[in-house]
Amino acid sequence: MIIKVLGSGCTNCKKLMENTKKAVEELGINAEIVKVEDLKDILAYGVMKTPALVVDEKVKAMGRVLTVEEIKKYL
Amino acid sequence: MNIFSLLNDALLKMTWLSDLVRLLVEKVFRLSTKDRLGGSIHFFIYDTIKIFILLSVLIFLISYIQSYFPPERTKKILGRFKGIKGSILGALLGTITPFCSCSSIPIFIGFTSAGLPLGVTFAFLISSPLVDLASLLVLMSFFGAKIAIAYVVVGLIIAVIGGTIIDKAKMEKYIEEFVWGIPNADVELEEMTRKDRISFSKSQVTAIVGRVWMYVLIGVGIGAAIHNWIPQSVVEKTVGSNNPFSVIIATAVGIPMYADIFGTIPIAEALFGKGVGVGTVLSFMMAVTALSLPSIIMLRKVVKPKLLVIFVSIVSIGIIIMGYLFNAFSYIFI
Repeated sequence: MIIKVLGSGCTNCKKLMENTKKAVEELGINAEIVKVEDLKDILAYGVMKTPALVVDEKVKAMGRVLTVEEIKKYL
Repeated sequence: MNIFSLLNDALLKMTWLSDLVRLLVEKVFRLSTKDRLGGSIHFFIYDTIKIFILLSVLIFLISYIQSYFPPERTKKILGRFKGIKGSILGALLGTITPFCSCSSIPIFIGFTSAGLPLGVTFAFLISSPLVDLASLLVLMSFFGAKIAIAYVVVGLIIAVIGGTIIDKAKMEKYIEEFVWGIPNADVELEEMTRKDRISFSKSQVTAIVGRVWMYVLIGVGIGAAIHNWIPQSVVEKTVGSNNPFSVIIATAVGIPMYADIFGTIPIAEALFGKGVGVGTVLSFMMAVTALSLPSIIMLRKVVKPKLLVIFVSIVSIGIIIMGYLFNAFSYIFI
């Protein structure tokens, strides 16, 4: 599973990254977490409000910091 | 007293809080609120608490509504309209779409690459920081319903006119080339549940309070200083109704400043209390919220200087005209 966190380095994006790592850890699944910081790549997903969470190339949420529990739902 | 003004006094104006703080200042600090020091302390404590209560409650409610209108949905809705209709809708959606200057660039590129006319995009970009439900309610709390509604209507008009002028002027060639190279992508999102929306709204409250509390305290501090320490004559001379340039000065001072409506309101309130014209005060507030140095610098990344200058000029001139009109017709509002 490939999980992408989209965001150009704002504090919210860092928080989402942390929560995502925690969710993956707690679930004990094998997933690669990628950070996408380039604006062009972010926009290519149709996302205009960061941070966003992309799981296997599908946008799951954007414009908000998901909690660890919420992220688990999407994995 | 009718039920509406009762609710307005209790919930928006929070007269009870003012009385409570007065008791605190008079009984605990043993200062009269009529004195300079006591008056400033009262202003500072009362305004700070009031703004933070309003800020938290309003951001929560508004984020809940906004969770139905992410910019991605706004983009799709706006894609169906052109010309003045598009500008009007852009301005209206700007009021309910969450916005901070940090997201202006992705929104600008997203809208443009989706083929939205520039006029629609700019109407949105002008109205989004300028007018929203929070500013309506905050203004109601401090200045009453008439001024609040007038502010919102004028803000929308400036956005529509600004958008229309930019549309008619065919400014597309003044967009940085790389913007056109970004492909348009639509995103299908699962509908959020109510729980999602509540958790989103809560996180918005913490995020926004965390971002603006400093500006609010600075604003309240300046407000308290104007309220009790800066002599009436100085205020009158610079931005008073006898100075024909008051509106221009207020706008020019406000433009580079970066703060949101919650930080500006205590300053506006104090100026208003000193007898500064309502148009001058509103010009200052609009200039602060609509334009700021950081947002101009950001926009420069996607827009060439000429369009940037036109954008800033249209908004500034709109704000100045609005200020003089409000001052001239202020008897309707007070």
